[in-house]
Amino acid sequence: MSTAALVPSAATVRKRNWLTHWSLAGKLGLAVIAFWGAVALVAPFLPVALGEMSDAGVFEGVSVQHWLGTDYLGRDMLVRIVAGTPYTIGVALVATLIACTLGAVLGLLAAVAGGWLDQAISRFLDTLISIPSKMLSLVIIAGFGSSVPLLIAVAAIVYTPGCFRIIRSLAVNINAMDYVVVARARGERRPYIMRREILPNIAGPLLADMGLRFVYALRLLASLSFLGLGVQPPMADWGSLVRENLGALPVGGAAVLAPALAIATLTIAVTLVIDNLPGHTDADRETH
Amino acid sequence: MGATVLVNELRVVAHVAGGGETPIVKDVSFRIEPGEVLALIGESGSGKTTIGLALMGYARRGCSIVGGSVRIGDTDVLGLSEAGRRQLRGRRVAYIAQSAAASFNPSRTIMDQVVETAHIHSLMPRAEAEKKAVQLFRELALPHPETIGQRYPHQVSGGQLQRLMAAMALMSDPDLVILDEPTTALDVTTQIEVLHAFRRVVRERRTTAVYVTHDLAVVAQMADRILVLRDGAQREIGATPQIISQPQDDYTRSLIAAANPKARGGEAVAEGATPLLEVRQLVAGYGPLDKHGKPAAPVLDDVSLKLHRGQAIGVIGESGSGKTTLARVVAGLIGPAGGQVLFDGKPLPRLVEQRSHEELRRIQIVFQMADTALNPSHTIADILARPLQLYRGLKGDALDKRIAQLLDLVQLPQACARRLPAGLSGGQKQRVNLARALAADPDLILCDEVTSALDTVVGAAILDLLAQLRKELGVAYMFISHDLNTVRAVCDDIVVLYAGQKVEAMSRSAFSHAPRHPYFHLLATSVPELRPEWLDQVGAARRATLPLIAAPADRAGLCSFLDRCPLRVADQCDTRTPPRRELEGGVEVFCHRSAADLLALQRVPEPRPEVAA
Repeated sequence: MSTAALVPSAATVRKRNWLTHWSLAGKLGLAVIAFWGAVALVAPFLPVALGEMSDAGVFEGVSVQHWLGTDYLGRDMLVRIVAGTPYTIGVALVATLIACTLGAVLGLLAAVAGGWLDQAISRFLDTLISIPSKMLSLVIIAGFGSSVPLLIAVAAIVYTPGCFRIIRSLAVNINAMDYVVVARARGERRPYIMRREILPNIAGPLLADMGLRFVYALRLLASLSFLGLGVQPPMADWGSLVRENLGALPVGGAAVLAPALAIATLTIAVTLVIDNLPGHTDADRETH
Repeated sequence: MGATVLVNELRVVAHVAGGGETPIVKDVSFRIEPGEVLALIGESGSGKTTIGLALMGYARRGCSIVGGSVRIGDTDVLGLSEAGRRQLRGRRVAYIAQSAAASFNPSRTIMDQVVETAHIHSLMPRAEAEKKAVQLFRELALPHPETIGQRYPHQVSGGQLQRLMAAMALMSDPDLVILDEPTTALDVTTQIEVLHAFRRVVRERRTTAVYVTHDLAVVAQMADRILVLRDGAQREIGATPQIISQPQDDYTRSLIAAANPKARGGEAVAEGATPLLEVRQLVAGYGPLDKHGKPAAPVLDDVSLKLHRGQAIGVIGESGSGKTTLARVVAGLIGPAGGQVLFDGKPLPRLVEQRSHEELRRIQIVFQMADTALNPSHTIADILARPLQLYRGLKGDALDKRIAQLLDLVQLPQACARRLPAGLSGGQKQRVNLARALAADPDLILCDEVTSALDTVVGAAILDLLAQLRKELGVAYMFISHDLNTVRAVCDDIVVLYAGQKVEAMSRSAFSHAPRHPYFHLLATSVPELRPEWLDQVGAARRATLPLIAAPADRAGLCSFLDRCPLRVADQCDTRTPPRRELEGGVEVFCHRSAADLLALQRVPEPRPEVAA
């Protein structure tokens, strides 16, 4: 008799109603993320040319033709923002994934191995963390010139040490638990202990950290673009859109407010979702 | 002088997620006369602590008191406002918690904290409060009563801290003192001192007290009357001698039966055969080795033992004696600094990483806390499957079938397989813990305090299971415990550790008549017995003054029990390593004294009149 066939397993039961525990704010955040995600996926296939000039004036206000006004060259702002979405989200997301994967693997390894390996990894990443992140990224970009892969690499390098620190400190605690000692006494190898014994128990904080890093990466890229070192024209991410259209600020033009608002909505939405991840809701705290 | 406490039809409920309510205390009523001690006894979850807290008008988060009344003297506690209850707590009702270490603030001196109650309730000026505190320290038989208050909590021992907490509670001369498992976390030899101090203070001050505990033998010493609880309902209430000797309720009877564990038989050992496990002159500890090859913090010193196939050996000692370290060395989690561990006649590699799969499979370890020994994010099936996959390479139907068999073996329902550990009770978790070890088909299971965290009745069931598995599977146990009753119930041989030295080894059958090392004697007589006069008898024997010796300059090699030994001899015990002697009946003692001297010590328990200090 197979034990799995009897009743739906715990995992499927949990999957079915995971959303019901979410607060309204969390669901709202999820909706906003889904919206921007959809925009990012659809944008490359839209039949509008990115750098296309129009006969509209510069810094025009909101109108029927231009829902979000026009930018400093008279281009449609809505098109610019939609076209910039994949760069903004894509670069930040890939950089975050790389940083968190690297940080998690190194953090788990350092915690499980201990000794000189832990010391070596920790001290190296401590060195990295002690260099101011903006300075580091400016130097790297100044040296190699800006490109999308380089931006991803820069953000990944900047955020790996922070992620490593958090994962290592969580993993060190779990590593001291009896079930890890049992696994070790059973003769388990390091990768198994890292992946099966420790990782599931720190998945909640890891996801939350990932969300936070995503927000940081988004901001780092926006500020690099704002300095003119990010995504290069004619392409633009949201940060460069803010910079390009800074001239609209005195007149309160939509051209500068709209991309700033886009950055704000996405980062706030991610933060709201983080608060609802497993291990972070009030309901979870009560049961533990 | 205490007040009358009257509890009538007390009901407490816990709020469950989704808006429902579960009753956790069901219509409990009792009356305590002034100066009387009532014990609330029951297993975990029986509502005993909840009742204790309700006496102060307090319910833990997620619970609320929904009915009944609590009267202390002429105050209706439940009718008071929150401010009124705050006035009551600490002043008229005092609470002594289980873990004093967790109840003291580590960054303030003890005196500051003891007089705090008097300060909060503006009972008396600081100087007067300190004088009273010193008086209480003296009554509680604390060392250096004048100066102990200047120390910080980490500078006194656990047993002293527990007594200091009692002093804190008694500062305001409360009408009612609630003692919530105050000695459960202590070693038995320390427990006696604390019980003694508590009882003397309670009797002399004629304090009304509620003593909450799961330990019937402790209750027999402390309480005038006993209230037996189960699942929040009152099962039986009566005077202590009546409950102990003529229990009316079936549940009370099962509690009393579990307090006197019966011996569980084992296989006869084939003498002469190669022992399954042999530990030779083991030295182990933590930190780097010095020039003599001893670790910086030595834990085990020259420990040897032999364990035959299918046999059970009990390793007993109090906290810090090195018993867990011994298990970890055998399991390969800590490398020994000296000596050898032989398994089936062949030396075992020092560490797990150097051992073969087969060697690892044949020795399994079971930890005390099933809560932390089972990964909370793995299902029970996952937990049991892993050793089967690792050692046997089982998969698919064969794997499922073996998991089902293992659950049967430890008497768990099949439905458990899909649950996470959080969905099981403490006893069930310990069974899973055991099943995981059995999954490897081991020859030797190292059981580290496997029943210590469990209720007596549940623990007894686990011991039965261990004995049955031994009979069916022929597995050998190294059973580590601080509880002599448990060890005597399961083990054929007993090894006694004190501060890392093996002070005695004997077989279970020799226990009642063989000469015992002075430490083992102390330990054996410290296990509380159900007789109410037990505490007076051992207390009297404990007060004998120790023979004078010179403080040895170099302790290496000396008997570790020297400082507490009533039989120590000047110029012998403080200068030379004691001989390890084989006495008749296979008893091995690590002591200078002759067997006759040791036996003489065991014959003194005649009650002597208590002498006031």
